[in-house]
Amino acid sequence: MAEIRSLRDAVAELIHDGDTVAMEGFTHLIPFAAAHEIIRQGITDLTLVRMTPDVIYDQLIGMGTARRLVFSWGGNPGVGSLHRFRDAVENGWPRPLELDEHSHAGMANRYVAGASRLPFAVLRGYRGSDLPKRSSTIATVTCPFTGEELAAVAAVNPDVTVIHAQRADREGNVQLWGLVGVQKEAALAADRVLVTVEEIVEELKPRPDAVVLPSWTVHAVAHVPGGAHPSYAAGYTVRDNEFYQAWDPISRDRETFLAWMREHVLEAS
Amino acid sequence: MNGTANGTANGTANGTANGTANGTANGTVEGAGSGAAQPAAAWAPDELMTVNAARALSGSRTCFVGIGLPSAAANLARRTSQPDLVLIYESGTLGSKPSRLPLSIGDGELADTADAVVSVPEIFNYWLQAGRIDVGFLGAAQVDRYANINTTVIDRGPDRPEGRLPGAGGAPEIAASCRKVLMVLRHSRRNFVERLDFVTTVGHGSGPGDRARLGLLGEGPVAVITDLGVLRPDPETAELVLTEIHPGVTVEQVTEATGWKLRVADGVGVTEPPTQAELAALRALKTGGDPRA
Repeated sequence: MAEIRSLRDAVAELIHDGDTVAMEGFTHLIPFAAAHEIIRQGITDLTLVRMTPDVIYDQLIGMGTARRLVFSWGGNPGVGSLHRFRDAVENGWPRPLELDEHSHAGMANRYVAGASRLPFAVLRGYRGSDLPKRSSTIATVTCPFTGEELAAVAAVNPDVTVIHAQRADREGNVQLWGLVGVQKEAALAADRVLVTVEEIVEELKPRPDAVVLPSWTVHAVAHVPGGAHPSYAAGYTVRDNEFYQAWDPISRDRETFLAWMREHVLEAS
Repeated sequence: MNGTANGTANGTANGTANGTANGTANGTVEGAGSGAAQPAAAWAPDELMTVNAARALSGSRTCFVGIGLPSAAANLARRTSQPDLVLIYESGTLGSKPSRLPLSIGDGELADTADAVVSVPEIFNYWLQAGRIDVGFLGAAQVDRYANINTTVIDRGPDRPEGRLPGAGGAPEIAASCRKVLMVLRHSRRNFVERLDFVTTVGHGSGPGDRARLGLLGEGPVAVITDLGVLRPDPETAELVLTEIHPGVTVEQVTEATGWKLRVADGVGVTEPPTQAELAALRALKTGGDPRA
Protein backbone atom coordinates (compact mmCIF):
# COMPACT_ATOMS: atom_id res chain seq x y z
CA MET A 1 0.00 0.00 0.00
CA ALA A 2 1.31 3.41 -0.91
CA GLU A 3 2.07 5.75 1.90
CA ILE A 4 1.67 9.48 1.53
CA ARG A 5 5.11 10.83 2.35
CA SER A 6 7.08 14.02 2.05
CA LEU A 7 9.27 14.02 -1.04
CA ARG A 8 12.37 14.20 1.12
CA ASP A 9 11.45 11.15 3.18
CA ALA A 10 10.23 9.14 0.20
CA VAL A 11 13.45 9.72 -1.77
CA ALA A 12 15.62 8.95 1.28
CA GLU A 13 13.77 5.74 1.96
CA LEU A 14 13.37 4.39 -1.58
CA ILE A 15 16.45 5.50 -3.54
CA HIS A 16 19.97 4.45 -2.59
CA ASP A 17 23.48 4.81 -3.95
CA GLY A 18 24.09 2.44 -6.84
CA ASP A 19 20.42 1.84 -7.63
CA THR A 20 19.01 1.53 -11.12
CA VAL A 21 16.46 4.32 -11.32
CA ALA A 22 13.96 5.10 -14.07
CA MET A 23 12.46 8.57 -13.92
CA GLU A 24 9.97 8.46 -16.76
CA GLY A 25 7.55 10.75 -18.52
CA PHE A 26 7.61 10.97 -22.31
CA THR A 27 7.99 14.77 -22.45
CA HIS A 28 4.96 14.96 -20.14
CA LEU A 29 4.77 14.25 -16.37
CA ILE A 30 8.56 14.22 -15.91
CA PRO A 31 9.40 14.07 -12.19
CA PHE A 32 11.82 17.02 -12.01
CA ALA A 33 11.22 17.81 -8.34
CA ALA A 34 12.14 14.26 -7.34
CA ALA A 35 15.35 14.47 -9.39
CA HIS A 36 16.25 17.67 -7.59
CA GLU A 37 15.68 15.93 -4.26
CA ILE A 38 18.03 13.11 -5.35
CA ILE A 39 20.67 15.73 -6.14
CA ARG A 40 20.17 17.51 -2.81
CA GLN A 41 20.51 14.25 -0.90
CA GLY A 42 23.78 13.48 -2.69
CA ILE A 43 22.63 10.05 -3.87
CA THR A 44 25.17 8.77 -6.36
CA ASP A 45 26.50 5.98 -8.62
CA LEU A 46 23.06 5.56 -10.15
CA THR A 47 22.23 3.73 -13.34
CA LEU A 48 19.69 6.07 -14.90
CA VAL A 49 17.11 4.65 -17.29
CA ARG A 50 14.92 6.82 -19.46
CA MET A 51 13.83 6.83 -23.11
CA THR A 52 14.53 10.54 -23.55
CA PRO A 53 17.06 11.74 -20.95
CA ASP A 54 15.77 15.32 -21.41
CA VAL A 55 16.84 18.20 -19.19
CA ILE A 56 16.08 16.14 -16.06
CA TYR A 57 18.94 13.72 -16.74
CA ASP A 58 21.16 16.50 -18.07
CA GLN A 59 20.92 17.92 -14.55
CA LEU A 60 21.48 14.59 -12.77
CA ILE A 61 24.42 13.71 -15.05
CA GLY A 62 25.97 17.16 -14.74
CA MET A 63 25.82 16.88 -10.95
CA GLY A 64 27.66 13.56 -11.05
CA THR A 65 24.89 11.34 -9.70
CA ALA A 66 25.06 8.80 -12.57
CA ARG A 67 27.64 6.27 -13.63
CA ARG A 68 25.57 4.72 -16.39
CA LEU A 69 22.75 5.78 -18.71
CA VAL A 70 20.26 3.54 -20.50
CA PHE A 71 18.37 5.53 -23.13
CA SER A 72 17.13 5.93 -26.70
CA TRP A 73 17.25 9.65 -27.54
CA GLY A 74 19.36 12.18 -25.71
CA GLY A 75 18.52 15.67 -26.89
CA ASN A 76 16.76 18.76 -25.59
CA PRO A 77 13.46 18.26 -27.44
CA GLY A 78 12.92 20.96 -30.02
CA VAL A 79 16.03 22.86 -28.92
CA GLY A 80 19.23 20.91 -29.56
CA SER A 81 21.89 19.09 -27.60
CA LEU A 82 21.97 18.10 -23.95
CA HIS A 83 25.30 19.72 -23.15
CA ARG A 84 25.91 18.08 -19.77
CA PHE A 85 25.17 14.64 -21.27
CA ARG A 86 27.58 15.35 -24.12
CA ASP A 87 30.26 16.67 -21.81
CA ALA A 88 30.05 13.53 -19.67
CA VAL A 89 30.17 11.18 -22.67
CA GLU A 90 32.80 13.08 -24.65
CA ASN A 91 35.01 14.40 -21.86
CA GLY A 92 34.13 12.41 -18.76
CA TRP A 93 32.99 15.51 -16.86
CA PRO A 94 32.19 15.46 -14.02
CA ARG A 95 32.70 11.69 -14.31
CA PRO A 96 32.65 9.13 -17.12
CA LEU A 97 29.25 7.91 -18.18
CA GLU A 98 28.70 4.41 -19.55
CA LEU A 99 25.96 4.11 -22.13
CA ASP A 100 23.49 1.42 -23.11
CA GLU A 101 21.80 2.81 -26.14
CA HIS A 102 18.60 1.69 -27.86
CA SER A 103 15.90 2.83 -30.23
CA HIS A 104 12.59 4.06 -28.83
CA ALA A 105 10.82 0.90 -29.97
CA GLY A 106 13.46 -1.19 -28.22
CA MET A 107 13.29 0.77 -24.97
CA ALA A 108 9.49 0.75 -24.92
CA ASN A 109 9.55 -3.01 -25.31
CA ARG A 110 12.20 -3.41 -22.61
CA TYR A 111 9.78 -1.76 -20.21
CA VAL A 112 6.93 -3.95 -21.45
CA ALA A 113 9.02 -7.06 -20.75
CA GLY A 114 9.97 -5.66 -17.36
CA ALA A 115 6.35 -4.96 -16.44
CA SER A 116 5.37 -8.44 -17.66
CA ARG A 117 8.20 -9.97 -15.63
CA LEU A 118 9.51 -11.65 -18.77
CA PRO A 119 13.25 -11.82 -19.43
CA PHE A 120 13.05 -10.15 -22.83
CA ALA A 121 10.76 -8.73 -25.47
CA VAL A 122 10.70 -9.31 -29.22
CA LEU A 123 10.24 -6.77 -31.96
CA ARG A 124 11.05 -6.15 -35.58
CA GLY A 125 13.81 -3.72 -34.85
CA TYR A 126 17.42 -2.66 -35.26
CA ARG A 127 17.66 -4.40 -38.63
CA GLY A 128 20.84 -3.25 -40.36
CA SER A 129 21.61 -0.73 -37.62
CA ASP A 130 25.00 -0.55 -35.87
CA LEU A 131 23.24 -0.17 -32.50
CA PRO A 132 23.39 -3.89 -31.55
CA LYS A 133 27.20 -3.77 -31.90
CA ARG A 134 27.39 -1.42 -28.94
CA SER A 135 24.82 -2.96 -26.63
CA SER A 136 24.79 -6.20 -24.69
CA THR A 137 21.01 -5.95 -24.25
CA ILE A 138 20.11 -6.38 -27.94
CA ALA A 139 20.23 -9.82 -29.53
CA THR A 140 18.25 -11.84 -32.04
CA VAL A 141 15.83 -14.68 -31.54
CA THR A 142 14.22 -17.01 -34.05
CA CYS A 143 10.45 -17.28 -33.97
CA PRO A 144 9.60 -20.92 -33.13
CA PHE A 145 6.46 -20.75 -35.28
CA THR A 146 7.55 -18.95 -38.45
CA GLY A 147 11.33 -19.09 -38.34
CA GLU A 148 11.53 -15.30 -38.68
CA GLU A 149 14.56 -13.75 -37.03
CA LEU A 150 13.51 -10.99 -34.66
CA ALA A 151 15.26 -8.58 -32.33
CA ALA A 152 15.27 -9.51 -28.66
CA VAL A 153 15.79 -6.83 -26.04
CA ALA A 154 16.48 -7.55 -22.38
CA ALA A 155 13.82 -6.56 -19.87
CA VAL A 156 14.38 -3.44 -17.80
CA ASN A 157 13.54 -3.90 -14.13
CA PRO A 158 14.58 -0.77 -12.26
CA ASP A 159 15.17 -0.88 -8.52
CA VAL A 160 13.06 2.25 -8.40
CA THR A 161 10.77 4.01 -10.85
CA VAL A 162 9.78 7.60 -10.21
CA ILE A 163 6.98 9.27 -12.16
CA HIS A 164 4.86 12.36 -11.84
CA ALA A 165 1.07 12.08 -12.14
CA GLN A 166 -1.94 14.36 -11.95
CA ARG A 167 -3.49 13.04 -8.77
CA ALA A 168 -3.85 10.44 -6.07
CA ASP A 169 -6.33 9.76 -3.33
CA ARG A 170 -5.49 9.41 0.34
CA GLU A 171 -5.12 5.65 -0.07
CA GLY A 172 -2.37 6.26 -2.60
CA ASN A 173 -4.26 5.20 -5.72
CA VAL A 174 -2.76 7.16 -8.61
CA GLN A 175 -4.46 8.54 -11.72
CA LEU A 176 -2.74 10.05 -14.75
CA TRP A 177 -3.80 11.02 -18.25
CA GLY A 178 -2.81 12.82 -21.44
CA LEU A 179 0.44 11.60 -22.98
CA VAL A 180 0.86 8.55 -20.77
CA GLY A 181 4.14 7.52 -22.38
CA VAL A 182 5.64 4.50 -20.62
CA GLN A 183 4.55 5.56 -17.12
CA LYS A 184 2.54 2.42 -16.45
CA GLU A 185 5.14 0.01 -17.84
CA ALA A 186 8.02 1.74 -16.03
CA ALA A 187 6.12 1.62 -12.73
CA LEU A 188 5.09 -2.01 -13.04
CA ALA A 189 8.63 -3.02 -14.07
CA ALA A 190 10.18 -1.64 -10.88
CA ASP A 191 10.72 -3.08 -7.41
CA ARG A 192 9.82 0.23 -5.76
CA VAL A 193 7.62 3.02 -7.10
CA LEU A 194 7.52 6.67 -6.08
CA VAL A 195 4.87 8.94 -7.57
CA THR A 196 4.77 12.70 -7.16
CA VAL A 197 1.34 14.22 -7.79
CA GLU A 198 -0.20 17.60 -8.46
CA GLU A 199 -3.10 17.00 -6.15
CA ILE A 200 -4.33 14.64 -3.46
CA VAL A 201 -8.10 14.28 -3.62
CA GLU A 202 -10.69 12.76 -1.35
CA GLU A 203 -12.10 10.63 -4.11
CA LEU A 204 -10.58 9.65 -7.48
CA LYS A 205 -13.32 10.17 -10.03
CA PRO A 206 -12.91 7.67 -12.87
CA ARG A 207 -11.79 9.16 -16.18
CA PRO A 208 -12.18 7.09 -19.33
CA ASP A 209 -8.78 8.12 -20.69
CA ALA A 210 -6.83 7.69 -17.46
CA VAL A 211 -4.21 5.20 -16.40
CA VAL A 212 -4.73 4.06 -12.82
CA LEU A 213 -1.97 2.63 -10.68
CA PRO A 214 -3.68 0.98 -7.73
CA SER A 215 -2.28 1.82 -4.34
CA TRP A 216 -0.92 -1.71 -3.95
CA THR A 217 1.47 -1.19 -6.89
CA VAL A 218 2.93 2.04 -5.49
CA HIS A 219 5.22 2.45 -2.49
CA ALA A 220 5.08 6.15 -1.85
CA VAL A 221 3.11 9.13 -3.07
CA ALA A 222 4.37 12.65 -2.46
CA HIS A 223 2.25 15.75 -2.94
CA VAL A 224 4.41 18.03 -5.11
CA PRO A 225 2.33 20.57 -7.07
CA GLY A 226 4.32 21.76 -10.09
CA GLY A 227 6.72 18.86 -9.54
CA ALA A 228 7.06 18.25 -13.27
CA HIS A 229 8.24 21.75 -14.15
CA PRO A 230 9.56 22.60 -16.78
CA SER A 231 7.68 19.55 -18.09
CA TYR A 232 3.97 19.64 -17.30
CA ALA A 233 0.90 17.86 -16.07
CA ALA A 234 -2.00 18.12 -18.52
CA GLY A 235 -4.98 19.75 -16.86
CA TYR A 236 -2.77 21.46 -14.27
CA THR A 237 0.25 23.07 -15.90
CA VAL A 238 1.64 23.72 -19.39
CA ARG A 239 5.05 22.81 -20.77
CA ASP A 240 7.48 25.64 -20.11
CA ASN A 241 9.00 25.74 -23.60
CA GLU A 242 10.86 28.94 -22.73
CA PHE A 243 12.71 27.12 -19.98
CA TYR A 244 13.75 24.34 -22.34
CA GLN A 245 15.16 27.02 -24.64
CA ALA A 246 16.80 28.86 -21.75
CA TRP A 247 18.45 25.62 -20.63
CA ASP A 248 20.64 25.61 -23.72
CA PRO A 249 22.85 28.56 -22.70
CA ILE A 250 22.68 27.67 -19.00
CA SER A 251 23.96 24.16 -19.62
CA ARG A 252 26.60 24.93 -22.26
CA ASP A 253 29.13 26.07 -19.71
CA ARG A 254 30.15 24.04 -16.64
CA GLU A 255 30.34 27.00 -14.29
CA THR A 256 27.08 28.54 -15.43
CA PHE A 257 25.44 25.17 -15.01
CA LEU A 258 26.83 24.66 -11.50
CA ALA A 259 25.83 28.16 -10.46
CA TRP A 260 22.30 27.56 -11.72
CA MET A 261 22.06 24.23 -9.90
CA ARG A 262 23.35 25.78 -6.68
CA GLU A 263 20.84 28.59 -6.80
CA HIS A 264 17.79 26.68 -8.02
CA VAL A 265 18.29 23.17 -6.66
CA LEU A 266 20.90 22.82 -3.93
CA GLU A 267 19.85 25.91 -2.01
CA ALA A 268 16.16 25.43 -2.70
CA SER A 269 13.96 22.90 -0.97
CA MET B 1 33.96 20.38 -35.47
CA ASN B 2 31.80 19.42 -32.64
CA GLY B 3 29.08 21.60 -34.02
CA THR B 4 27.78 18.62 -35.86
CA ALA B 5 26.40 17.20 -32.73
CA ASN B 6 24.21 20.15 -32.27
CA GLY B 7 20.59 19.66 -32.45
CA THR B 8 20.10 19.37 -36.14
CA ALA B 9 20.64 15.82 -35.68
CA ASN B 10 17.48 14.41 -34.66
CA GLY B 11 16.79 10.87 -34.71
CA THR B 12 13.22 11.20 -35.36
CA ALA B 13 10.65 12.92 -33.56
CA ASN B 14 13.07 15.16 -32.04
CA GLY B 15 15.72 17.57 -31.87
CA THR B 16 16.02 20.31 -34.25
CA ALA B 17 14.78 23.62 -33.22
CA ASN B 18 11.87 24.66 -35.31
CA GLY B 19 12.83 23.90 -38.69
CA THR B 20 11.83 26.51 -41.06
CA ALA B 21 12.69 30.03 -41.79
CA ASN B 22 14.62 30.27 -38.68
CA GLY B 23 17.15 32.94 -38.56
CA THR B 24 18.04 32.21 -42.13
CA ALA B 25 18.49 35.31 -44.12
CA ASN B 26 15.60 35.81 -46.42
CA GLY B 27 16.62 34.76 -49.86
CA THR B 28 14.96 36.57 -52.67
CA VAL B 29 13.67 34.98 -55.79
CA GLU B 30 16.14 36.80 -57.91
CA GLY B 31 17.79 34.46 -60.28
CA ALA B 32 14.86 32.15 -60.16
CA GLY B 33 13.72 31.66 -63.68
CA SER B 34 15.75 34.68 -64.79
CA GLY B 35 13.24 37.20 -65.89
CA ALA B 36 10.22 34.97 -65.78
CA ALA B 37 7.35 36.54 -63.91
CA GLN B 38 7.79 35.56 -60.29
CA PRO B 39 5.66 36.56 -57.34
CA ALA B 40 7.02 39.56 -55.56
CA ALA B 41 7.38 37.66 -52.34
CA ALA B 42 10.74 36.54 -51.09
CA TRP B 43 11.32 33.34 -49.20
CA ALA B 44 14.02 31.77 -47.12
CA PRO B 45 15.86 28.64 -48.27
CA ASP B 46 14.33 26.77 -45.34
CA GLU B 47 10.88 27.79 -46.54
CA LEU B 48 11.62 26.35 -49.98
CA MET B 49 12.67 23.14 -48.28
CA THR B 50 9.61 22.92 -46.07
CA VAL B 51 7.16 23.77 -48.83
CA ASN B 52 8.64 21.07 -51.08
CA ALA B 53 8.73 18.59 -48.22
CA ALA B 54 5.03 19.26 -47.62
CA ARG B 55 4.26 18.71 -51.29
CA ALA B 56 6.04 15.36 -51.15
CA LEU B 57 3.28 14.13 -48.83
CA SER B 58 0.76 14.39 -51.65
CA GLY B 59 -1.32 11.22 -51.87
CA SER B 60 -0.46 10.00 -48.38
CA ARG B 61 -3.06 9.46 -45.71
CA THR B 62 -1.03 8.82 -42.57
CA CYS B 63 2.35 10.23 -41.57
CA PHE B 64 4.63 9.36 -38.63
CA VAL B 65 6.14 12.76 -37.95
CA GLY B 66 9.56 13.68 -36.62
CA ILE B 67 9.78 16.98 -34.77
CA GLY B 68 11.51 19.97 -36.32
CA LEU B 69 11.67 20.14 -40.11
CA PRO B 70 9.47 17.06 -40.69
CA SER B 71 6.82 18.38 -38.33
CA ALA B 72 6.80 21.76 -40.05
CA ALA B 73 6.37 20.07 -43.43
CA ALA B 74 3.66 17.66 -42.31
CA ASN B 75 1.69 20.40 -40.60
CA LEU B 76 2.00 22.61 -43.66
CA ALA B 77 0.69 19.80 -45.85
CA ARG B 78 -2.29 19.39 -43.55
CA ARG B 79 -2.97 23.13 -43.70
CA THR B 80 -2.71 23.35 -47.49
CA SER B 81 -3.13 20.50 -49.97
CA GLN B 82 -3.70 17.58 -47.58
CA PRO B 83 -6.34 18.60 -45.03
CA ASP B 84 -7.10 14.95 -44.20
CA LEU B 85 -3.49 13.99 -43.48
CA VAL B 86 -3.34 12.04 -40.21
CA LEU B 87 -0.35 13.21 -38.16
CA ILE B 88 1.07 10.59 -35.83
CA TYR B 89 3.67 11.53 -33.23
CA GLU B 90 5.79 9.05 -31.30
CA SER B 91 4.59 10.55 -28.04
CA GLY B 92 1.43 8.55 -28.73
CA THR B 93 -0.90 10.85 -30.61
CA LEU B 94 -2.97 9.72 -33.59
CA GLY B 95 -4.43 12.51 -35.71
CA SER B 96 -2.97 15.61 -34.05
CA LYS B 97 -4.22 18.94 -35.41
CA PRO B 98 -2.05 21.62 -33.83
CA SER B 99 -2.78 25.23 -34.76
CA ARG B 100 0.88 26.13 -34.46
CA LEU B 101 4.09 24.19 -34.72
CA PRO B 102 4.85 22.34 -31.54
CA LEU B 103 8.32 22.84 -30.01
CA SER B 104 8.49 19.23 -28.85
CA ILE B 105 6.70 16.01 -29.62
CA GLY B 106 5.18 16.29 -26.17
CA ASP B 107 3.50 19.65 -26.41
CA GLY B 108 0.06 19.42 -24.86
CA GLU B 109 -1.65 20.64 -28.01
CA LEU B 110 -0.65 17.48 -29.88
CA ALA B 111 -2.60 15.41 -27.37
CA ASP B 112 -5.46 17.87 -26.91
CA THR B 113 -6.22 17.95 -30.66
CA ALA B 114 -5.66 14.23 -31.38
CA ASP B 115 -8.24 11.66 -32.42
CA ALA B 116 -6.69 9.31 -29.89
CA VAL B 117 -3.81 9.24 -27.45
CA VAL B 118 -2.11 5.91 -26.84
CA SER B 119 0.89 4.76 -24.84
CA VAL B 120 4.38 4.77 -26.27
CA PRO B 121 4.62 0.95 -26.45
CA GLU B 122 1.31 0.94 -28.29
CA ILE B 123 2.30 3.58 -30.83
CA PHE B 124 5.45 1.64 -31.72
CA ASN B 125 4.03 -1.88 -31.58
CA TYR B 126 0.42 -1.71 -32.75
CA TRP B 127 0.63 1.25 -35.10
CA LEU B 128 4.17 1.54 -36.46
CA GLN B 129 5.50 -2.02 -36.35
CA ALA B 130 2.22 -3.39 -37.68
CA GLY B 131 2.82 -1.53 -40.94
CA ARG B 132 -0.26 0.70 -40.76
CA ILE B 133 1.45 4.00 -41.57
CA ASP B 134 2.01 5.36 -45.07
CA VAL B 135 4.93 7.71 -44.63
CA GLY B 136 7.68 8.14 -42.09
CA PHE B 137 9.09 11.64 -42.16
CA LEU B 138 12.61 11.92 -40.75
CA GLY B 139 15.38 14.43 -40.23
CA ALA B 140 19.02 13.39 -40.01
CA ALA B 141 22.49 14.53 -39.02
CA GLN B 142 24.44 12.56 -41.62
CA VAL B 143 23.12 10.89 -44.76
CA ASP B 144 25.01 8.79 -47.29
CA ARG B 145 24.36 8.05 -50.95
CA TYR B 146 21.99 5.21 -50.08
CA ALA B 147 19.98 7.42 -47.73
CA ASN B 148 21.21 5.63 -44.63
CA ILE B 149 21.19 7.86 -41.56
CA ASN B 150 23.56 8.55 -38.69
CA THR B 151 22.19 10.30 -35.63
CA THR B 152 24.43 8.59 -33.06
CA VAL B 153 28.10 9.63 -33.07
CA ILE B 154 30.54 11.61 -35.20
CA ASP B 155 34.12 10.48 -35.66
CA ARG B 156 36.31 13.48 -34.94
CA GLY B 157 39.64 11.83 -35.61
CA PRO B 158 42.06 9.75 -33.55
CA ASP B 159 42.95 12.54 -31.12
CA ARG B 160 39.45 13.49 -30.09
CA PRO B 161 36.59 11.55 -28.55
CA GLU B 162 33.59 10.78 -30.71
CA GLY B 163 31.17 13.66 -30.98
CA ARG B 164 27.88 12.72 -29.43
CA LEU B 165 24.60 13.10 -31.31
CA PRO B 166 21.19 12.55 -29.70
CA GLY B 167 20.78 8.94 -30.80
CA ALA B 168 18.25 6.81 -32.60
CA GLY B 169 14.91 7.84 -31.16
CA GLY B 170 12.21 6.21 -33.25
CA ALA B 171 14.06 6.40 -36.56
CA PRO B 172 15.31 2.82 -37.11
CA GLU B 173 11.84 1.34 -36.83
CA ILE B 174 10.09 4.25 -38.54
CA ALA B 175 12.35 3.76 -41.57
CA ALA B 176 11.82 0.00 -41.40
CA SER B 177 8.06 -0.17 -41.01
CA CYS B 178 6.41 2.78 -42.75
CA ARG B 179 5.37 2.08 -46.34
CA LYS B 180 7.79 4.76 -47.49
CA VAL B 181 10.15 7.30 -46.00
CA LEU B 182 10.71 10.99 -46.70
CA MET B 183 13.70 12.81 -45.36
CA VAL B 184 14.25 16.52 -44.95
CA LEU B 185 17.51 18.18 -43.96
CA ARG B 186 19.74 21.09 -44.89
CA HIS B 187 22.28 20.41 -47.60
CA SER B 188 25.98 20.60 -46.71
CA ARG B 189 29.09 18.47 -47.03
CA ARG B 190 28.92 17.95 -43.28
CA ASN B 191 25.48 16.35 -43.61
CA PHE B 192 25.81 14.57 -46.96
CA VAL B 193 28.84 12.36 -46.45
CA GLU B 194 30.74 9.75 -48.40
CA ARG B 195 30.73 7.39 -45.45
CA LEU B 196 28.62 7.41 -42.30
CA ASP B 197 30.51 7.29 -39.02
CA PHE B 198 27.74 5.06 -37.64
CA VAL B 199 24.65 3.52 -39.23
CA THR B 200 21.77 4.36 -36.92
CA THR B 201 18.97 3.85 -39.42
CA VAL B 202 18.97 1.92 -42.66
CA GLY B 203 17.70 3.62 -45.81
CA HIS B 204 18.75 1.47 -48.74
CA GLY B 205 21.71 -0.24 -47.02
CA SER B 206 24.49 -0.87 -49.48
CA GLY B 207 22.25 -0.92 -52.52
CA PRO B 208 19.46 -2.74 -54.30
CA GLY B 209 17.99 -5.73 -52.55
CA ASP B 210 19.43 -4.85 -49.17
CA ARG B 211 16.11 -3.89 -47.62
CA ALA B 212 14.52 -7.16 -48.62
CA ARG B 213 17.54 -9.08 -47.40
CA LEU B 214 17.31 -7.34 -44.01
CA GLY B 215 13.57 -7.98 -43.80
CA LEU B 216 12.64 -4.30 -43.83
CA LEU B 217 8.98 -4.12 -44.72
CA GLY B 218 8.55 -0.74 -46.35
CA GLU B 219 9.90 0.68 -49.57
CA GLY B 220 12.41 2.88 -47.71
CA PRO B 221 13.42 6.44 -48.55
CA VAL B 222 11.76 7.75 -51.71
CA ALA B 223 12.92 11.37 -51.52
CA VAL B 224 15.36 13.54 -49.62
CA ILE B 225 14.26 17.16 -49.67
CA THR B 226 16.86 19.80 -48.87
CA ASP B 227 17.16 23.57 -48.99
CA LEU B 228 18.82 23.18 -52.40
CA GLY B 229 16.73 20.56 -54.17
CA VAL B 230 15.35 17.05 -54.14
CA LEU B 231 17.28 13.75 -54.32
CA ARG B 232 15.60 10.45 -55.16
CA PRO B 233 16.97 6.92 -55.24
CA ASP B 234 17.72 5.54 -58.69
CA PRO B 235 15.27 2.69 -59.29
CA GLU B 236 18.09 0.44 -60.48
CA THR B 237 20.94 1.24 -58.10
CA ALA B 238 19.12 2.77 -55.11
CA GLU B 239 21.73 5.53 -55.10
CA LEU B 240 20.44 9.06 -54.49
CA VAL B 241 20.28 11.16 -57.63
CA LEU B 242 19.62 14.89 -57.87
CA THR B 243 16.30 15.09 -59.67
CA GLU B 244 15.22 18.66 -58.93
CA ILE B 245 16.79 21.91 -57.88
CA HIS B 246 14.93 24.77 -56.24
CA PRO B 247 14.42 28.07 -58.10
CA GLY B 248 17.60 30.12 -57.98
CA VAL B 249 19.83 27.15 -57.11
CA THR B 250 22.41 25.76 -59.53
CA VAL B 251 23.35 22.11 -59.99
CA GLU B 252 26.94 23.04 -59.10
CA GLN B 253 25.81 24.41 -55.75
CA VAL B 254 24.24 21.08 -54.94
CA THR B 255 27.17 18.93 -56.06
CA GLU B 256 29.50 21.25 -54.11
CA ALA B 257 27.43 20.76 -50.98
CA THR B 258 27.46 16.96 -51.29
CA GLY B 259 30.30 14.91 -49.84
CA TRP B 260 30.21 12.26 -52.55
CA LYS B 261 30.19 12.52 -56.32
CA LEU B 262 26.51 13.22 -56.67
CA ARG B 263 24.79 11.87 -59.74
CA VAL B 264 22.54 14.34 -61.51
CA ALA B 265 19.46 13.22 -63.41
CA ASP B 266 19.26 13.92 -67.11
CA GLY B 267 17.09 16.97 -67.52
CA VAL B 268 17.11 17.86 -63.84
CA GLY B 269 13.91 19.71 -63.00
CA VAL B 270 13.25 22.92 -61.11
CA THR B 271 10.71 22.85 -58.29
CA GLU B 272 7.73 25.16 -58.52
CA PRO B 273 8.25 28.33 -56.47
CA PRO B 274 6.25 28.43 -53.24
CA THR B 275 2.81 29.90 -53.71
CA GLN B 276 1.56 32.80 -51.66
CA ALA B 277 -0.87 30.43 -49.99
CA GLU B 278 1.89 28.00 -49.01
CA LEU B 279 4.09 30.75 -47.59
CA ALA B 280 1.20 32.33 -45.72
CA ALA B 281 0.19 29.00 -44.22
CA LEU B 282 3.76 28.18 -43.20
CA ARG B 283 4.32 31.56 -41.59
CA ALA B 284 0.99 31.36 -39.80
CA LEU B 285 1.93 27.97 -38.36
CA LYS B 286 4.95 29.57 -36.77
CA THR B 287 2.91 32.22 -35.06
CA GLY B 288 -0.27 30.30 -34.44
CA GLY B 289 -2.30 32.62 -36.66
CA ASP B 290 -4.99 31.66 -39.10
CA PRO B 291 -3.44 31.33 -42.56
CA ARG B 292 -6.72 32.22 -44.18
CA ALA B 293 -6.96 35.47 -42.26
